[in-house]
Amino acid sequence: MRFMLLQNYGEVESDCPPMTEWSPGDIRAHIEFQQALNQELTERGELVDAQGLAGPEQAKFVVSDGASAPVITDGPYPESKELLAGYRLVDVETAGRAIEIAAQASAAPGPDGVPIRQPIEIRQVLGAPDPEA
Amino acid sequence: MSTLGSTEVLLRELAPQVLGAVVRRYGDFADAEDAVQEALLAAATGWPAGQQPDNPLAWLIRVASRRMTDSYRSDSARRRREILAASWSLARTGPVTGQDDTLILMFMCCHPSLTPASAIPLTLRAVGGLTTREIASAFLVPEATMAQRISRAKAKLKASDEPFTLPPPDERAGRLRSVLHVLYLLFNEGYATSNGPDLARADLSGEAIRLTRGVQASLPADPEVAGLLALMLLTDARRAARTRSDGELVPLAEQDRARWDRDLIAEGVALITGALQRGQVGEYQLQAAIAAVHDQAARHADTNWPEILSLYSLLERMTGNPMVTLNRAVAAAMAEGPAAGLALLDGLGERLGDHHRLHSVRAHLLEMSGDTATAITEFRDAAARTTNLREQHYLTSQAARLAAGL
Repeated sequence: MRFMLLQNYGEVESDCPPMTEWSPGDIRAHIEFQQALNQELTERGELVDAQGLAGPEQAKFVVSDGASAPVITDGPYPESKELLAGYRLVDVETAGRAIEIAAQASAAPGPDGVPIRQPIEIRQVLGAPDPEA
Repeated sequence: MSTLGSTEVLLRELAPQVLGAVVRRYGDFADAEDAVQEALLAAATGWPAGQQPDNPLAWLIRVASRRMTDSYRSDSARRRREILAASWSLARTGPVTGQDDTLILMFMCCHPSLTPASAIPLTLRAVGGLTTREIASAFLVPEATMAQRISRAKAKLKASDEPFTLPPPDERAGRLRSVLHVLYLLFNEGYATSNGPDLARADLSGEAIRLTRGVQASLPADPEVAGLLALMLLTDARRAARTRSDGELVPLAEQDRARWDRDLIAEGVALITGALQRGQVGEYQLQAAIAAVHDQAARHADTNWPEILSLYSLLERMTGNPMVTLNRAVAAAMAEGPAAGLALLDGLGERLGDHHRLHSVRAHLLEMSGDTATAITEFRDAAARTTNLREQHYLTSQAARLAAGL
């Protein structure tokens, strides 16, 4: 089963400041945590892809009716916390395992190593029909 | 990156010669390229270690030719192809060497009608002998997507009716520029990838160097070809020192120069010295000369910044490229103080746009000048705008370091 684990900007349950205001050691610890998690998922044969997205400053919204010129809205957006910051795509045995991974990711360390409690959205990826079913 | 087995190395070397021979015999570049790819795959899986045929080149040509014949038999357009093949053999002139074939193939694959995004994978397959799967994995796209990109590139080439010969002399200089540009982009894609978690993808830079060596062997007297090869070697020499063990970026000033590859530096310096003596300076030669000045400084503090500044001034006059102006500003700051560098940045935003490099250079120069508060803002702005994950980490850490008063 494939699941997308999605995380947005700035939307954390703890009252932690944005990463640009952390100490160098805390930033490094956070990055190392993310790398170690990806490494662990790779070694377990569960990681399909993990990517961070460029910042909201570079985001654009495009709407088109297929005939006239498309309407393109540039950032920055006041609601930038609703924008996707990055994702992990995992291939796991059970939905429970996806929840476990999401919980690990949510507890990533922030300032002074305190977990930032970042909400992780879990969405199952639609696949081909199960040949066994 | 895994090291290549001896069979793989041999197949990659033979690939352009096999393709050259098959195109010459059958005329159709697109079909011949598919047939050679199949022959290479058959060899990669069918030649057990130490059991290569006595004449691997002849074996590959024979297998690829058989595939061509098979597909002709089953093809309703056989007649049309035969006419095409006949016209090709008429165009054949004089004896050809493997070096000629590599060069002709490079000219074809880097045809001006192709964008670099299609020219690069086609070059890697047709000249480099890589499989579609290897190319797809290097560019982090599904194999089917890469296969389509390559076949669309070949369809475009077919439509342009490019004959399988060297371009006429009056077009050659312009066509060579396209080839060098594609090789340069391929090297950069490997060296500082903009869309993946790994800062350096060794395979792509290594392939770019290998292919450029091939072009240089065909055109040993061309100073810009030598300049490009020297630039690649002098840049690649710093690879081991450029990333920390956890993969994070180490800037030039902080690199452990004992880990630079002395052999590559010696080879690059010799190449660029020889090229510059021919007196036809071009932009790759100037970039290589700048890389050589950096590589020859035992410590960062020993860097000959006035020399680098004058090379960037020449390069700026030659190219008019605002990214060069940005680098000149760094050199000016190092040679003459941060104020001189910051002055060069004024007005550059209009030409460069809101580019992350402009913010990061300004941040470094402001830090040098002692304006920490503005430097922090600029580092954060740069981090928000880069599309390279490692660079984003580096820039965020720089802002944090200054904010913490370190």
